[in-house]
Amino acid sequence: MEQIPLITDQKAPFALTRNAGGQLQLNTADGTIHDGVYPVRAFPISAADEGLSVMSADSHELLWIERLSDLDKDSQKHLAAELAQREFMPEIQSIHQVSSFATPSTWQVTTDRGDADLVLKAEDHIRRLTQTSLLITDGHGINFLIRDLEQLDKQSRKLLDRFL
Amino acid sequence: MRSRHTVEVYQKARHNCLSALWIVVHSAAVNNKILPSSPIYQVLPSHWIAAAQSQLQHNEPIIAWLEINLDPLLHFKKQLLVLSAERLLHISDPQVAVVSYPFQANLHCQHHDHAGVGSLELFDGEIRLARWNYTLAHDAAVARFNKQFTLQLASFVSGEPIATEDVQYCPNCQTELTADTLECAHCDGEIDKPPSTWTLLRLWRFAKPYQWQLLGGFLLMLASTAATLVPPYLTIPLMDKVLIPYQNGAPIDYGMVSLLLAGLLGSALLAWSLGWARTYILALVSERIGADLRTITYEHLLRLSLEYFGGKRTGDLMSRIGSESDRICVFLSLHLLDFATDVLMILMTAAILISINAKLALITLLPLPFIAWMIHIVRDRLRTGFEKIDRVWSQVSNVLADTIPGIRVVKAFAQEGREALRFREANQHNLIVNDRINKIWSLFSPSVTLLTEIGLLLVWAFGIWQVAHNEISVGVLTAFLAYISRFYTRLDSMSRIVSVTQKAASGAKRIFDILDHVSSVPEPSNPVHLDHVSGRIEIRGAGFRYGNRSVIKDLNLVIEPGEMIGLVGHSGSGKSTMVNLMCRFYDVSAGSISLDGVNIRSIPISEYRRNIGLVLQEPFLFFGSIAENIAYGKPEATRGEIVAAARAAHAHEFILRLPHGYDSLVGERGHGLSGGERQRISIARALLIDPRILILDEATASVDTETEKEIQKALDNLVHGRTTIAIAHRLSTLHKANRLVVLDQGQIVEVGNHDELMAREGAYYRLYQAQARNVDADLDDLSSAHHIIDKELSE
Ligand SMILES: Nc1ncnc2c1ncn2[C@@H]1O[C@H](COP(=O)(O)OP(=O)(O)OP(=O)(O)O)[C@@H](O)[C@H]1O
Ligand SMILES: [Mg+2]
Repeated sequence: MEQIPLITDQKAPFALTRNAGGQLQLNTADGTIHDGVYPVRAFPISAADEGLSVMSADSHELLWIERLSDLDKDSQKHLAAELAQREFMPEIQSIHQVSSFATPSTWQVTTDRGDADLVLKAEDHIRRLTQTSLLITDGHGINFLIRDLEQLDKQSRKLLDRFL
Repeated sequence: MRSRHTVEVYQKARHNCLSALWIVVHSAAVNNKILPSSPIYQVLPSHWIAAAQSQLQHNEPIIAWLEINLDPLLHFKKQLLVLSAERLLHISDPQVAVVSYPFQANLHCQHHDHAGVGSLELFDGEIRLARWNYTLAHDAAVARFNKQFTLQLASFVSGEPIATEDVQYCPNCQTELTADTLECAHCDGEIDKPPSTWTLLRLWRFAKPYQWQLLGGFLLMLASTAATLVPPYLTIPLMDKVLIPYQNGAPIDYGMVSLLLAGLLGSALLAWSLGWARTYILALVSERIGADLRTITYEHLLRLSLEYFGGKRTGDLMSRIGSESDRICVFLSLHLLDFATDVLMILMTAAILISINAKLALITLLPLPFIAWMIHIVRDRLRTGFEKIDRVWSQVSNVLADTIPGIRVVKAFAQEGREALRFREANQHNLIVNDRINKIWSLFSPSVTLLTEIGLLLVWAFGIWQVAHNEISVGVLTAFLAYISRFYTRLDSMSRIVSVTQKAASGAKRIFDILDHVSSVPEPSNPVHLDHVSGRIEIRGAGFRYGNRSVIKDLNLVIEPGEMIGLVGHSGSGKSTMVNLMCRFYDVSAGSISLDGVNIRSIPISEYRRNIGLVLQEPFLFFGSIAENIAYGKPEATRGEIVAAARAAHAHEFILRLPHGYDSLVGERGHGLSGGERQRISIARALLIDPRILILDEATASVDTETEKEIQKALDNLVHGRTTIAIAHRLSTLHKANRLVVLDQGQIVEVGNHDELMAREGAYYRLYQAQARNVDADLDDLSSAHHIIDKELSE
């Protein structure tokens, strides 16, 4: 296994581009080109913009980025676009209706990514992250985030309260 | 619910129609591709029909369609992919926005997923033309669509009609479908029905066996209640025939008085004995119902899959089975009984009162509707409140169940303070929720009392007025007052039933939550029994995900009877997961695993597992003697068999060195034995059941080389002549394996024996070299660190 140095110094030259296949490509200082790299956030919930890692196609870390803003504009754009395509954690903004207070229950919700239905299979698929934020895993493994309970409207809170 | 349901219905409809279409398309291909176009649109969801119709040429058939639900930026948005004979259409909006991809030789589609989002990508050679996203709910449909696309494209390019497959496989799990069923029996839709809210009535299922005792108890209850109503009635003659005439100067009729007093005493004694019999019988029955409830729930729980236990916390399950069933029992034996008596009492009293004097009776009953109304409004709030309290209780017991088994870690990291705080917080939460309920509750009881006082006042006032107008006698009024004081105290206690019923109902709901849970590893509906197992394992296209994390991908492997397979790979490459799948602790989410050509989903679970001997890295010993632990899988084993198994496992000698030999008690989780000793006991356990298939998951990872040699010798005995799958980090321990299978990220990257793989200089070669040099941190150090942590956590 060859040793891949982590580039933690933000000034080290590297560039993120896209190849013909539409995959993200990393060109490091020593001239190596990695195809099909992908970014992951280290703290997607608690600190989304701190600590990003660029992983190779076979899931080894290539690059650690302390914060997104340290990068040049182009790389930032590509990273942001790739993240937008990979990350899927809709944030619930309001809950319109729940089919029942007993599980499994289907909720009609509005998220930051549009309206959706989610099936709550069991009450313990609602996970409390902090005092005010919740993570709800639906029957198909999608994680819905409630970033701040207090920010929800009264009706949603009331519905949600029945499950907490 | 609704839209999800419709999607399913569509998919089903589509599935069926497609197969019909296949035939149409097929014959049409011969008939110069002239197709009737109208019936095709029927299978499309109605909101797409117009859009599809406007985009397709007049006679262009829809071979298949797929509705996906995420746009490129992962916003929820319904879109349609349509496959026709000559192109692929993407309709992203019913009004406009259609992209057409005409067929050509270089096209191909790929689908994969990450974190709950699947993508279907269309490539022209190396160049990606498009990428469509969907949530995993559509996964199976996408796989089907992709298959259709590939077939259609191939037929377009070659100009030959699509060859019909002789054998149809379920697109989801790859099991063969019989000719007459197009739905796969294993992949039938899941049930998403919530349990009914009338949970308490469902307890009838448990009460049914005791129905005669219950009926007897009920009759006794009727009789005893009636008996308690006699004394007030006797006050009427006592007042009107004895006391009032005496006040008016008449002498007391002692004969009558003694008769009446005897009546009072008699009815009291009768009520006492009847009440005793009733309470005894009903308590007996309810205790049995509670016990049945507990055992049945526990039995059901044991049959649930590992997935269920992975998602639950011990404390929660313990509190459900332990205290909630007890609460239901108390409810049935005490509160429900009281309540029924109260209702009877009220009905009977009301009847008596009305028969004595209807007007006064009406006044007496006046507060009843108010109380009923109050009960109604309070009930709703209380119910949600009690459900909350239950959850909070589980939270409290969860903290305990977390920390007590992990006490070594807590102490080692000096975190007692933090754990205490965690407990205090959970307790605090409990207090808050309770306070909120008590606020409602504390107001409720006094209000009922107040209403009853007011009722009493009304009766006095109206009664005196009636006596004054000679409508009733003083005796009647006293009887009324005697009745109603009973009556109202009853109302008061009755109002309490609200809270206890709600408590019991929420307890029942949580128990039925367990009972209603269908194992994700279901027993087959048409079980196939294997008489003789030779041990040939065939894994075809297996895929598996934990939640939305895909861990095993399209894995194919055939293991011949008696063959020993060494499973190697980096930590986290999916080796233990393969073991879980082969033991059917989890079911594959795609593909199939068969034993001797029979899908393991078709074999009754316990019958299947009887053929498997499993030795895990962390052997679990139960509280009990060593002999009992060895005989765990075969309780009827003779002592001779146990000793033979222990000998073969090289455990015999160390067992004899223990003070009580085979009768030595081992504590919880095998306290008092070393890791290697525990391991050998678990090997003996596996040996004793003489399984056809043996699975060793890092059986020697946590012991020193000396012990490892001992265990290795034990294992060599075990392996002999059985189909064996062995996982080991130390590659040297796999020298006996016929074939080595190298896993990486859930896929097989290499298969072969040691020499072949070394010659190939691939993944195995690198693993081996790294181990020889002992520098690969990833493999040994990391994974052993990983195991230490796992071990600590599970202890
Ligand atoms: N219960 C689970 N829930 C979610 N993910 C899991 C679960 N069990 C395992 N995984 C994940 O599945 C992947 C494969 O795990 P598995 O236990 O099969 O690895 P392994 O090859 O046995 O590793 P090791 O050599 O360390 O034992 C890992 O990435 C792991 O994080
Ligand atoms: Mg493992």
